[in-house]
Amino acid sequence: MSDGENQDVAAWELRLYVAGETPRSVAALANLRKICEEHLAGKYSIEVIDLLERPQLAQGEQIVAIPTLERRLPEPVRKIIGDLSNTERVLIGLDLRPER
Amino acid sequence: MPESDTTIETLPHCPTGIVGLDAVTSGGLPRGRTTLVAGAAGSGKTLLGLEFLVRGSEMGEPGVFLAFEETSDELSINVASMGWDLEGMCADGTLFVDHVKVEREHIDQTGDYDLEALFVRIGYAIDQIGAKRVVLDTLEVLFSALDDTALLRAEMRRLFTWLKGRGVTSIVTAEQGDGALTRHGLEEYVSDCVISLDHRVVEHVAVRRLRVVKFRGSSHGTNEYPFVIGQDGISVVPVTSFDLEHPAAEDVVSTGVADLDAMLAPGGWYRGSTTMISGQSGTAKTTFAAHFADAACARGERCLYLAFEESPAQIVRNMRSVGLDLQRWLDDGTLSIHATRPTQLGLESHLTELYRQVEAHEPDVVVIDPITDFTTLGTSIEVKSTLMRIVDYLKKHQITAVFTSLTHDGLSVDPSISSLIDNWVQLRNLELDAERNRGLFIQKARGMAHSNQIREFVLHDGGIELLEVIDAPGGVLTGRARGRERS
Repeated sequence: MSDGENQDVAAWELRLYVAGETPRSVAALANLRKICEEHLAGKYSIEVIDLLERPQLAQGEQIVAIPTLERRLPEPVRKIIGDLSNTERVLIGLDLRPER
Repeated sequence: MPESDTTIETLPHCPTGIVGLDAVTSGGLPRGRTTLVAGAAGSGKTLLGLEFLVRGSEMGEPGVFLAFEETSDELSINVASMGWDLEGMCADGTLFVDHVKVEREHIDQTGDYDLEALFVRIGYAIDQIGAKRVVLDTLEVLFSALDDTALLRAEMRRLFTWLKGRGVTSIVTAEQGDGALTRHGLEEYVSDCVISLDHRVVEHVAVRRLRVVKFRGSSHGTNEYPFVIGQDGISVVPVTSFDLEHPAAEDVVSTGVADLDAMLAPGGWYRGSTTMISGQSGTAKTTFAAHFADAACARGERCLYLAFEESPAQIVRNMRSVGLDLQRWLDDGTLSIHATRPTQLGLESHLTELYRQVEAHEPDVVVIDPITDFTTLGTSIEVKSTLMRIVDYLKKHQITAVFTSLTHDGLSVDPSISSLIDNWVQLRNLELDAERNRGLFIQKARGMAHSNQIREFVLHDGGIELLEVIDAPGGVLTGRARGRERS
């Protein structure tokens, strides 16, 4: 876990769904960490869920695409798909930056 | 089609269990492959997919239903009227329903992705119940939720290959496109079997049709087959059986009129034959049909009487005047009179209703009174094909049938219809000497010698009686002229 993550009470609870360790999922996690460090240092947690290990979560959490990033907190829950390489869109998707 | 020497490697079939569909596809869908079912909204795609799984569950093949449009609760409610207990099947582990919710507004795209999670979901569902069948309804929803069409196409292709690898027999439904089979061209990826469903209204009657557009390596009917969504699900009605292999019985059943039996060398109609009694209005067609029905019941056989012009009570009352007591057969259950207005149902529905009635009552003889009322329900080709299916169906079950047919000028029976039937009795009004007398003659009786005479007959409280022929120098005498000759 990177330094900026808050393991106890994170205001930002993020989940990244992947399916096995693919170059795309590795890239997505790296992109996510970088963005969080820049914008949410000290107040976020990241949980990586490998659907190959926990396939039942795909149905339970309505996951279709890989990678999918889920913002569980703060509510409302939001989902973002893709490798998170488009930082601008990730910020909008996470509601870290107003769209205008 | 001529027999070819080259043997085509045929895919094994997976029986759908859907009435008629397996006949049309020579045994079912290609096993272990994907079938595309395309059609407009409301054409019955979802229902076909669900029934494929329901029947599979009954046949010991568990199934997975991925619903992209409806929640499992909505599905359960929609099919509850068919008597399908989806929740029960899910509890038994013979069905697994997963509602895939993809809503555009909830998904932002931030780079490359694939649909691996969907594969994981399907794979998980298959593993949970050991599924042999999978239905994806309607996969194309993904196209409206996700932007990257090229990626989606590639993923669909990968999905179909993956499903094949899993060895499941699957159905993918797709929305009909403008001038194309499907809106997103899924038919490009599904190469083994494509079925198209159609729902249109013809002269105020809704007609559903099914067509097997493509079925690699298998013979299949290429016609459009009517189908109905009935009380127990879908019934596809094959246009006709592909062969003429009805058994030909040697035994004979009475026409119900002793004098008419005497005009036929074997003493009646062959069992399993189809007889038409045609005549103008008031020539006693129904009376002949009722005699036939009464005789069958008196022999201890079962009779199904389909009436399109009179109610059961009216038939029973009227026939009492010629000495027939049909009520006792209704009471002991050997006779079942089913009366409907012909326009209540379309041709296909009449056909499936007939099938249903025959299955429920298991008759030895069937009366349709009159068959002519069908002619108002479609073009002559449609009517003929319906009659052909009725005749084929009854023959296959060795049911002896009598149809009455109303004619206007005495002879105007469609010759194409007359070729379908085995025996034909014509009833005529004989107008002579300011009298109207009734006469009959046998137009044809396949496979038996028969009288060539025109016989006068009368109705009285003992039934139908054929009068003996009185030859006179001027010809055969009828009515009053008989008395003159005798005196």
